Amino acid sequence: MTSVKEIFETMEYGPAPESDAEARKWLASHKGVFGHFIDGTWSAAGKTFEVIDPSTAAVLARVSQGTKADVDAAVAAARRALPAWKELSGHARARHLYALAREVQKHSRLLAVVESMDNGKSIRETRDLDIPLVARHFYHHAGWAQLFESEFAGYASVGVVGQIIPWNFPLLMLAWKVAPALAAGNTVILKPAEFTPLTALLFAEIAAEAGIPAGVLNIVTGDGETGKLIVDHPDVDKIAFTGSTDVGRVIRRATAGSGKKLSLELGGKSPFIVYDDADLDSVVEGVVDAIWFNQGQVCCAGSRLLVQEGIAERLIAKLRARMEKLRIGRPLDKAVDMGAIVAPVQLERIRGLVQRGVDEGATMWQPSWACPTDGYFYPPTLFTDVQPSSTIAQVEIFGPVLVTMTFRTPEESVALANNTPFGLAASVWTESINLALDIAPKIKAGVVWINSTNLFDASSGFGGYRESGFGREGGREGMWEYVKPDKVEAPTRARAKSRHGGREASAPNGSRGATRVPAINRTPKLFIGGKQTRPDQGYVRRILAPDGTPLGEVGEGNRKDIRNAVEAAHAAWKGWGKATGHLRGQILYYIAENLAARAAEFAHRIDEQTGCGHAEASREVNVAISRLFTYAAWADKYDGAVHNVPIRGVALAMNEPIGVIGIACPDERPLLGFVSLVAPAIATGNATVVIPSEPHSLSATDFYSVLETSDVPGGVVNIVTGPKDALARVLAEHDDVEAMWYFGGAEGVTMVEEASAVNMKRTWATWDTRDWLEARHGEGREFLREATQVKNIWVPYGE
Amino acid sequence: MSAKRFIETVASPAPAAPAASEAGPRLHRAEPSDRPVRNPGVPLDLDVVRGIRVNRSAVERRAATIPTRRTVKKQWQAAWLLRAITLMDLTTLSGDDTPGTVRRLCAKARRPLRDDLARALGVDDLGITVAAICVYHAMVPTAVEALAGTHIPVAAVSTGFPAGLSPLEERVAEIRASVAAGAREIDVVITRAHVLTGNYEALYDEVHRFRDACGDAHMKAILATGELGTLGNVARASMVAMQAGADFIKTSTGKEGVNATLPFALVMCRMIREFHERTGYAVGFKPAGGIRSAKAALEYLYLMKDELGDRWLRADLFRFGASTLLTDIERQLEHFVTGRYAAAYRMPMP
Repeated sequence: MTSVKEIFETMEYGPAPESDAEARKWLASHKGVFGHFIDGTWSAAGKTFEVIDPSTAAVLARVSQGTKADVDAAVAAARRALPAWKELSGHARARHLYALAREVQKHSRLLAVVESMDNGKSIRETRDLDIPLVARHFYHHAGWAQLFESEFAGYASVGVVGQIIPWNFPLLMLAWKVAPALAAGNTVILKPAEFTPLTALLFAEIAAEAGIPAGVLNIVTGDGETGKLIVDHPDVDKIAFTGSTDVGRVIRRATAGSGKKLSLELGGKSPFIVYDDADLDSVVEGVVDAIWFNQGQVCCAGSRLLVQEGIAERLIAKLRARMEKLRIGRPLDKAVDMGAIVAPVQLERIRGLVQRGVDEGATMWQPSWACPTDGYFYPPTLFTDVQPSSTIAQVEIFGPVLVTMTFRTPEESVALANNTPFGLAASVWTESINLALDIAPKIKAGVVWINSTNLFDASSGFGGYRESGFGREGGREGMWEYVKPDKVEAPTRARAKSRHGGREASAPNGSRGATRVPAINRTPKLFIGGKQTRPDQGYVRRILAPDGTPLGEVGEGNRKDIRNAVEAAHAAWKGWGKATGHLRGQILYYIAENLAARAAEFAHRIDEQTGCGHAEASREVNVAISRLFTYAAWADKYDGAVHNVPIRGVALAMNEPIGVIGIACPDERPLLGFVSLVAPAIATGNATVVIPSEPHSLSATDFYSVLETSDVPGGVVNIVTGPKDALARVLAEHDDVEAMWYFGGAEGVTMVEEASAVNMKRTWATWDTRDWLEARHGEGREFLREATQVKNIWVPYGE
Repeated sequence: MSAKRFIETVASPAPAAPAASEAGPRLHRAEPSDRPVRNPGVPLDLDVVRGIRVNRSAVERRAATIPTRRTVKKQWQAAWLLRAITLMDLTTLSGDDTPGTVRRLCAKARRPLRDDLARALGVDDLGITVAAICVYHAMVPTAVEALAGTHIPVAAVSTGFPAGLSPLEERVAEIRASVAAGAREIDVVITRAHVLTGNYEALYDEVHRFRDACGDAHMKAILATGELGTLGNVARASMVAMQAGADFIKTSTGKEGVNATLPFALVMCRMIREFHERTGYAVGFKPAGGIRSAKAALEYLYLMKDELGDRWLRADLFRFGASTLLTDIERQLEHFVTGRYAAAYRMPMP
């Protein structure tokens, strides 16, 4: 044993273990074997698999592999519990969530120790970060439950929610999922990751003790197969998933057309941008918190260090010095910075990617000290001489590996930062407020931290852009994921199908009836980049009256026309996305004014296409004019929020346009359907590629000249007429389209949702019936939310 | 751990500097040697001073995790606390100090640990003492006499302590008088106004003159961080004081509203590292004021070890300014030895 005298000379750190006695006692109370927690009780253990302590490779417990019968039982229990739970007053649910918060605090050390043993992360992190954030999440959402009736009036819970969470923050991810779900009145089936199921099981026990009614929260353990059973279950109304982009893509496809609401929080390759006026010593600590926090197994880890070229050498030297001082060791040691990697498979992945980096010519650096050898450990690793084309600069490593690149100018830093399919988070380091607040909005990421990193709070939404997923967790923006407008009846697939079956209004080219063609002196082309353009392939399609009388012809757009339209939209978005709300509002008023001047003509056109009668057609035009006014009004009023986060600083929740949105309009209401979708999209700063009502396209083609005379910049609204579903597919598959809206039949919805998985674009695809004439169906915040994404910019301050 | 190590002096005002500061890119990253060259000061470099950036929120976040990322237990804790004793400037700076209280303090400085505890810890042969005694000028002769036969130096607070607003010539003369009276270390206070008004030339000149007056005595420059307004000012004052030749930079007089804190310490240590990298000169750090518990002392040791390295855990480069800290450390050591919680009254009072 090392003597006091020796240590007095060496001044080494010694072991400082947190006791695992209580945790072992809890495991022993279950004899180390767990069934599922369903309907308020433990099921008998089925076929089980081992849960490993990654720091020793020792077996901690055995948990059950959830089968179809288990998932069925859990879903049935949740369904049974749903009516009573959603009918509870918000206040009553608030009491339940408050109880959960209190219980988490009461059992905080046990939860922290079990989490550390199961995951391999340091006890410091579970004790100081994970578990306090868990409690905070339940407190915060107790508040949303309390305020539910007033703050979410007109909305109801989604229903039975399936939640699948990852292994990197096991209990915290549970809290992020369970708290808003329960607050909004949903019931839950949650599957923890197979590597880290223990805290979820412990939590279930604690929740039951706290009096959460049976069936409201069900925990089913298992691997991806179990997850698939939940995703595919027909009686689940929503899936919430956090995990890899690959699995997210599978889930997107699996749920396509099912009517299930979906939120995905996926991978990242988040930039950590350092400008030459930053406090470099603080930057170094920021990097420690960014990439060596939780062994780098963090979806929003700042894994790409982008440094202004002139300071790169100094910063790298400082980083290396700091890395030498990091301590890695037993996760339950209270004096380590880093613990173990969760599992051998993850360790192998890290090793493989690091080797790849070396093979591709990057320079690898690791500190001189050695890792423990008996568990799954990996040292902090720094790569320099990395190019954007390197594999390690592109793929998510999910380990303690940092890659460094340099830039010359702010503009180049943004280009590098955004040079990734992901868009989860970013960190910006500069002492200049001008630079910080200029850069933050330019970065494609759901969270931007100024001079800080990895700050989380229940009040502030977290979630990604691009392939990092969609939906937000935390704050009011996160609550929207767990509610639905209670005015829209939940559709069934069967009903949607029958609707779709009846929707065959469009006539093929060159069909019968050519004998009665009236005199048409207008030949609408397509509307792309502000110009009327001939369709690529030079075909037209005929538009017929309800009685089959040909009314005119419109261009038959194809995939090349869509391609051109998307390019035009992107070019236009550069300016339109930055235009002031005031300017966008002015233009929307002007569109309304020009439409009003031609109201009679538009009404006539609606009537002749749909046969709805003159009065109804006039009403549609008038509502369309009013709707344009509505979004002109909103254009400078759809404000973000300043979240009340527990730091000295603010989190600015900015509503940002999504970018280029593809819109397939409903067949009905040829003018109003078009206006109801395009107006909110452009009011909030998006550019659009619109496929108008297929059978009644002429209302949209007539609209070209309204747009032309209303100062709408060319390319902000592009209109491609033609076969709706074929064109929608091109848009949904287009990697450079950021969101896709589809109003139509179930097949189209399914197709759009499936196709969107390629770049994980946000979709709003629905076969819901709406009364477009009614404001509560056809306009308002729901549309504005779909047209925007929330970026949370954390700005700590203080001099 | 003899205190002798750091009073090795360099007679020449311009020793063979480890490197020229103008060299720019060449940075010193090796730990200082056992007997580092005393910082002779370098020319005032306003580019460096004005280029300093300190982000307060980020500093506070880092500082907040220093106590949570590290801990020492059992014999490690005992050893670290023993080391803390040897790093202590045992201090009395009260208006009612008398020769009697100072002699009592000096006796404690010679024998800071009860013999039975030292034996039980297996360190009775190390002759553990505190690093220095720190008193007002008037008490220097008493302290020097009381410490005769030891290596423990006497440090005098000087230059119109604590506000430092007496005439410059008087402040310089005060240093000379304390040195003449036998003080081997001088804790000077800077003129806060120079920092608050950005008059770094004046600050540099002042500290430079103090250093001149100290001669062979080591100089600790007290920045009075609690009165400097911002962490940026603390950093800039640190850098100017080191450029002007400070052997140590010290947080506080103990008389400000806010004294030593981990954020202040972190910022100052980063500047020490920066100065060392740029010039090769290792400057010491002394947090003072408000460090009363063994736990707090350990936190500063974690900070020094992790931010600056083990070399800054020795008395020639690190000191605590403290008066009541010692008793708490003794209590913790007794607890380690006996397994029972200890009472202050059983420790011989300083």
